[in-house]
Amino acid sequence: MSIRSNRIAGGDLIVRSQKIRFEFNGRKYTGFQGDTLASALMANGIDFVSRSFKYHRPRGFSASGYADVSSMVQIDGDEDTPNVLASVTPLSEGLTARSVNCWPSLEFDVGTALRLLSPIIPAGFYYKTFMWPHWHLFEPFIRKIAGFGNAPNSIPVRCFGKSYDYCDVLIVGAGPSGLSAGLAASRSGARVILADDMLQPGGGLLSSSATIDGKSGIEWVSEVVEELDANPSVTRLQNATAWGYLEGNHVVISERSPTPENLLRRSRRVWAKQVIIATGAFERPIVFENNDRPGVMQASAVSSYIRNYAVKPGQKAVVFTNNNSAYRTVSDLSRAGISIAAVVDVRSRVDDHVVKVASQATDFYQDSIVQTVYGNKRVTGVGIRSRETGRIKRKIDCDLVCVSGGWNPIVHLFSQSGGSLDYNEQIHAFIPAQLLQKSLVAGAARGRFNLRDSLRDGFEAGKLAAETIGLPVQAQPSLKVIDRFDAEYSIEEFWSVPPINRLGKAFVDLAGDVTVNDLHLALREGYESIEHLKRYTTAGMGLDQGKTANVTAIGIVAKHAGVSMAEVGTTTFRPPYTPVEFGEFAGSCTEDVVLPYRYTPMTEWHKSAGAVMFEAGARWVRPSYYPLSGESMDQAIQRECRTVRQGVGIYDGSPLAKFAIKGADSETLLDLMYTNSFQNLDIQQGKYGVMLHEDGRIFDDGVTFRLSDDEYLMSGATGNGILLETRLDSFINVERPDLNVLFTPVTSQWANATVCGPLARTLLESVESDINFAADAFPFMHMREGVFADMSVRIFRVSFTGELSFEINTPARYGLDLWTHLIKAGDQFDICPIGSEANHVLRVEKGFISLGHEVDGTIDPYDLGMAWIVSKKKSDFIGMKAMQIRRKNDDTRQHLIGLLPINSSELLPEGAPLISTIKSTRAEGFVSASVWSSTLDRTIALGLLANGRERLDETVYANANGTIIPAIVCKPIFYDSDGRKMRM
Amino acid sequence: MLLIRCPWCGLRSESEFHCNGEVRPIRPHSSSLTDQQSVQHTCDRLNFKGWIEEDWCHSKGCGEWFRLNRHTVTHEIDQD
Ligand SMILES: [Zn+2]
Repeated sequence: MSIRSNRIAGGDLIVRSQKIRFEFNGRKYTGFQGDTLASALMANGIDFVSRSFKYHRPRGFSASGYADVSSMVQIDGDEDTPNVLASVTPLSEGLTARSVNCWPSLEFDVGTALRLLSPIIPAGFYYKTFMWPHWHLFEPFIRKIAGFGNAPNSIPVRCFGKSYDYCDVLIVGAGPSGLSAGLAASRSGARVILADDMLQPGGGLLSSSATIDGKSGIEWVSEVVEELDANPSVTRLQNATAWGYLEGNHVVISERSPTPENLLRRSRRVWAKQVIIATGAFERPIVFENNDRPGVMQASAVSSYIRNYAVKPGQKAVVFTNNNSAYRTVSDLSRAGISIAAVVDVRSRVDDHVVKVASQATDFYQDSIVQTVYGNKRVTGVGIRSRETGRIKRKIDCDLVCVSGGWNPIVHLFSQSGGSLDYNEQIHAFIPAQLLQKSLVAGAARGRFNLRDSLRDGFEAGKLAAETIGLPVQAQPSLKVIDRFDAEYSIEEFWSVPPINRLGKAFVDLAGDVTVNDLHLALREGYESIEHLKRYTTAGMGLDQGKTANVTAIGIVAKHAGVSMAEVGTTTFRPPYTPVEFGEFAGSCTEDVVLPYRYTPMTEWHKSAGAVMFEAGARWVRPSYYPLSGESMDQAIQRECRTVRQGVGIYDGSPLAKFAIKGADSETLLDLMYTNSFQNLDIQQGKYGVMLHEDGRIFDDGVTFRLSDDEYLMSGATGNGILLETRLDSFINVERPDLNVLFTPVTSQWANATVCGPLARTLLESVESDINFAADAFPFMHMREGVFADMSVRIFRVSFTGELSFEINTPARYGLDLWTHLIKAGDQFDICPIGSEANHVLRVEKGFISLGHEVDGTIDPYDLGMAWIVSKKKSDFIGMKAMQIRRKNDDTRQHLIGLLPINSSELLPEGAPLISTIKSTRAEGFVSASVWSSTLDRTIALGLLANGRERLDETVYANANGTIIPAIVCKPIFYDSDGRKMRM
Repeated sequence: MLLIRCPWCGLRSESEFHCNGEVRPIRPHSSSLTDQQSVQHTCDRLNFKGWIEEDWCHSKGCGEWFRLNRHTVTHEIDQD
């Protein structure tokens, strides 16, 4: 690659006195203040910047601004960022960037070998080829050679910010119409936010040759900006993309260079009374063979590089167009001293002014098209032909092809807002039709491509917006606009030149490597809806997001199917318009700021006792196990289990979800929520209950105690706390507002130290208390209130381990005192703290169900062998009807069963499917929980198995990723099956 | 994102609210329903295109329940 300077005189946006050093692919270059990374690279003679996504073809600069999807690079350094467009990255001192999609280097790329396979990567290739046996087998290979940049390795030094803003008028786009709208709205006294996604305000005016009231475009822009910036009610955001127009006239803006400078990006979420969409238009390509070669560029981008950055994108150009706007570029090329080998116009008739401009080219071909491009890493020439005959008439040497297929209004935001589009036969583009929200569209964004119209349209929109919200408005000042190029915009519909050779590649979507042949193949395969076609071929789906590819794809489909553009219709535009970094969604709400962890009053004690802590669901951090020095995880868990079965253990049960329920209809509420009856519960007596969803599946289980006549304490699964609260809240307020009942979540009001094991009673009796712990005075499933070690407590006799167990609850502020007191008092009984792992083992030994294990959202009480919990007397409870209706079908259901692996030391993996013969491929259930039981000195498991209760003693097999483990089906209880121990 | 008026807290962002769906009659007693009516009650919603009345809760604010009218296409809200 030869390094030459392409810098010429002029350049309205660069400051030549300020040199900037930067690095690309390991080599050092210089550019100027005001350059983009793209213009600086081009000035340094770099025209091959990336390799394409699928075929790894060389790619260069193809467009300007956010439409230049092939200029994607990776920014390295402290704030490394993948998938950044060089065309919108401001050059800054020390900027370090490199190419993506190439390994080991841009010039020698292994993935290029894929191009040799390219005939077998047609549309839907991934769907067709990698379906079997599983996509994941192929994924690592595909990810390595495909995929764009690399995710950042470290957290950026600067942070992401977020702000919520309210204004009268939000204007998106600071081109001629947006700036005019800004003038009108701000002069009316409206609070205005003006957001523009380019590095400088001005849009198309920056590279325009017109004068406004005798001023150049750039001069006019700076005057307007000065007026706006002097107005304190105007907030002007530059390098800020409005990427989402959501319901509620709510627009999300990504600020890429926000102030203060310690912010890397800021997400602005704006609620506006009126939104003016002045987003302008994108020039669209014409699709022909090898239209992706470096050196094939959109005509307007060529003009912009010449006029704004004083960069020559090539030495010898061919211009290919179907409309008048490309002739501006012809003049710009000529002014920059680039020789124009030919102008190729698909039209047979053009107006005189155009003919005059075309005379600056060596040759002017009308009624002609570019059939193909020659060259590999750079254009070396084009083959042209007349529109009628298929044969190439002439080969023309050149290194630059300037293409204009017309202009598409940028309707993304409008379409996101819910507005509908119409196809306009005059400009052959989709334009906004019916509005849905409080917005206006102005200028080129609604097809007003002429500068004079666009300025006027913008001012009118600004006025109208101000008027709508009741502000006084001024008359539009008249502007004298003189444009040396005075041909009106006119266009002939023309989309693509299909390659003559079937293997030729003409790209519709450069970002996703989607070709004309891909579209044709998909059409032949029967994909007719444009939405299906888009998904199947991925045209316009990736980085492009419909900026350049969509309308062209629609044009190709319409032509192929012989229907109108309107009949094909557009695909849905969805946010985001440009890629948005994840950090912007989070802002400063990262890690535990967005979802704080929850701790109990005893958490610090657990940590200092060496507990291994983990998040146990619902953000509760709990002790998993407490290893002694030198003890492995398994050894610690087994020791804790033995402690509970033989001595006494203590468990921090504080996270258990708890709700205080009060009111005359409390009992009615409980009877509706639970499948079993809560009538005639004694005061201080408790009952276990199972709660269903209205669809008849289990939602939660827990124990509810009656505190007084009209007062209850309900408990539920720890992980279900929030869901339970929502359920109770909506039930009481919406479904049965007639019930006289209130509830309060009291989970964190109470600390809970659960003392369990055969010695539990002896321990509690050794502590000073006014509570009688004797079995007959304080039976199982009862509660007592009193004073215990000088603390007021509620003690519940409930057991989740199958042993004698007391849950001692005290107001949270006494929690740690209670705990340490019990640890000290328990010393003589060798008390041990136990964690969640041991608890899990103990409950599996007892066959107690657990949400997320045995209860997976498909299960009802009968499946679990818990017919006893479904009241036969009640005529109503939530889910009753649905469960009855489902059970009428008499389908085979999965039942809760126990499993004893034949090899008693082999552990069944949780989640493993259960099969009935070694070779069977039909899962008949799965392993829901599996542990080593120190009590039984063997492995045990619970599972759900089709018709399992009728299959006791049968041998089934767990398929552990190919390893088949046989196990005997048994009843789902392995310890103390009559429950005497916990009732002791 | 919508701006919604909580009767106590005033105009707040939608992210603070929980929508409970369209307003429906009080939950009927199961014994008064045929199987078909029960399935309809559990599964069917009007899903109307146009103005509907909804139950909302200021769940991440004061917890108040209230009703509002929302247009399901334009998302316009009428709270009076
Ligand atoms: Zn509120």
